[in-house]
Amino acid sequence: MAHRVLIPTPLRPYTGQQDAVELEGGTVGEILSALTTRYADLRRHLYADDGKLRHFVNVYVNDDDIRYLEREATALKSGDVVSIVPSVAGGAPVSESAVAPELTNAEVQRYSRHLILPEVGPDGQRRLKAGRVLCVGAGGLGSPAALYLAAAGVGTIGIIDFDAVDASNLQRQILHSTPDVGRSKLQSARERLSALNPEVRIETYEAALTSANALGLFREYDVILDGTDNFATRYLVNDACVLLGKPNAYGSIFRFEGQASVFATKGGPCYRCLYPEPPPPGLVPSCAEGGVLGVLPGVIGTIQATESIKLLLGAGTTLAGRLLLYDAWKMKFRELKLRRDPECPVCGDHPTVRELIDYDQFCGVPKPTAAAAPAGALPPELETTVEDLKALRASGRPFFLLDVREPQEFQICRIPDSTLIPLGQLPARLSEVPADAPEIIVHCKSGVRSAKAVRLLREHGITARNLKGGILAWIDRVDPTLPKY
Amino acid sequence: MGTEVPAAAGVRATAITAKAGEAIRIHGAADFPDECCGALIAVDGIIVEAHPLKNTTSGGAARRFRIGPDGYRAAEARAREAGGTLAGFYHSHPNEPARPSPYDLEHAWPNLTYVIISVNGGVPGAITVWHLRDDRSGFDEGELTWHTGY
Repeated sequence: MAHRVLIPTPLRPYTGQQDAVELEGGTVGEILSALTTRYADLRRHLYADDGKLRHFVNVYVNDDDIRYLEREATALKSGDVVSIVPSVAGGAPVSESAVAPELTNAEVQRYSRHLILPEVGPDGQRRLKAGRVLCVGAGGLGSPAALYLAAAGVGTIGIIDFDAVDASNLQRQILHSTPDVGRSKLQSARERLSALNPEVRIETYEAALTSANALGLFREYDVILDGTDNFATRYLVNDACVLLGKPNAYGSIFRFEGQASVFATKGGPCYRCLYPEPPPPGLVPSCAEGGVLGVLPGVIGTIQATESIKLLLGAGTTLAGRLLLYDAWKMKFRELKLRRDPECPVCGDHPTVRELIDYDQFCGVPKPTAAAAPAGALPPELETTVEDLKALRASGRPFFLLDVREPQEFQICRIPDSTLIPLGQLPARLSEVPADAPEIIVHCKSGVRSAKAVRLLREHGITARNLKGGILAWIDRVDPTLPKY
Repeated sequence: MGTEVPAAAGVRATAITAKAGEAIRIHGAADFPDECCGALIAVDGIIVEAHPLKNTTSGGAARRFRIGPDGYRAAEARAREAGGTLAGFYHSHPNEPARPSPYDLEHAWPNLTYVIISVNGGVPGAITVWHLRDDRSGFDEGELTWHTGY
């Protein structure tokens, strides 16, 4: 039976420019065989070396792809028209490390629970093996994220951090163990991750992320996992991701609450669409000041790892366009819709930020080297030192020492003879401050909250001085027997 | 009237209008960091239109593009509608040079014009043109001759 076969433009030079030919055959396979017999040059373009149809060659019977019929065994009825329809595919050259590598037998065994998931499978696992994720920070969020990325077989994990392990990190930063206290976080991270999965390459960068190094570093990675603990670096990570078109698996934590999203995907919002401006410095306390439930970053960091893995797989539904809010105290998850802001200075329609800026300045962070006093600092006559306080106590002169920390902090350690009025209660309890005391000194943990208290007292006509460095300086320089927190 | 820059001897020349070239640049920048792709429509031997098509790859659009059979048919239809022919396809290489990759070669069709644009950090760069050798052993680079009069 003769059937009409439609020839696409690129193959017509082999059929004498005919756009259709009539061929005999009862099945699609027979027709194609007749076609490549008559026009032998067609064969190498339609069939791969293994004799199978190239996968970008689509064959249709009328309107149906033969892949959904009986493939080449599909029988033809009178009047059926066979069409050859190209798919056109290609792509950028992939660097050697990014060519999806084969899995070794040991890897097949290690990742077998991934491999039997149809959504991952061997192809997905190879993508993870070729994948490169940069963790910004090896702290609360970076720890669980890096551990799960390494366990999952993400081929290259980069970590940038410049801190040493402190005993107060161990409550949540599970990359580091008790014997690691005092060591570089990168060292303990590398050892822990390599022990978990020696197949994974760990790249470490002992540096602070800056506007000078961010673009060069991020360019080497597929996904950036933001585990930073301050606004300046968070905006830096965001802007660098947008400028390079790299997805940002974002997470942040405070006390009992966490957030996660995916920023800077194509067409999706960025961190600046959500928060165009940083909060005034000092308004949002850090985890060191406000505390954090240790297991909270475990939840948020593993969400960031999950999003990174889906981004590498190029599958699943990510948090792009959604902000996930988690309250560990109430055990509630909520979700907010996020939209790209067309007015966003970085990812909007008419971006004004086209290169990285000074993020410390943007966030109002004082430069430690600046000669001028940072904005908001108290004049020197409203400050005092722990040494002066020690001398004052020894002199026997009367003074009033006000502690504006929270009661639980007061329980941990206190300077003798201090009176506790938490900063938040101070406006309502001003009458408890003896305005006629010859000397009033205010302290908190590090001196930030007490500076606010000094200003507040001053507005009410009470002159007080701020203890520079707070109780931490007192412990360091006067009474090392007190516990530090 | 158009002005034409002649191609070097021995190199296959592909004529394209500045307008079509500009459309490729705009599409490449708009889809960055993903790869963009589209059809090249020729009238009287000159590529006069770059017709954007959907990148339907499932392999990560940052490094891959795919125009499925529906897209191909849409391209043929667009060429007929414009009174021209389907000359080939264009795609972008985000943050990579405008040279065909082994993957491009593996998936190439003969007798089509392949235009590649390099887009670096969202900024469109070099545009090059390539033709598959008949024995599929590689691509030969052609030369674009720009027509400004359209």
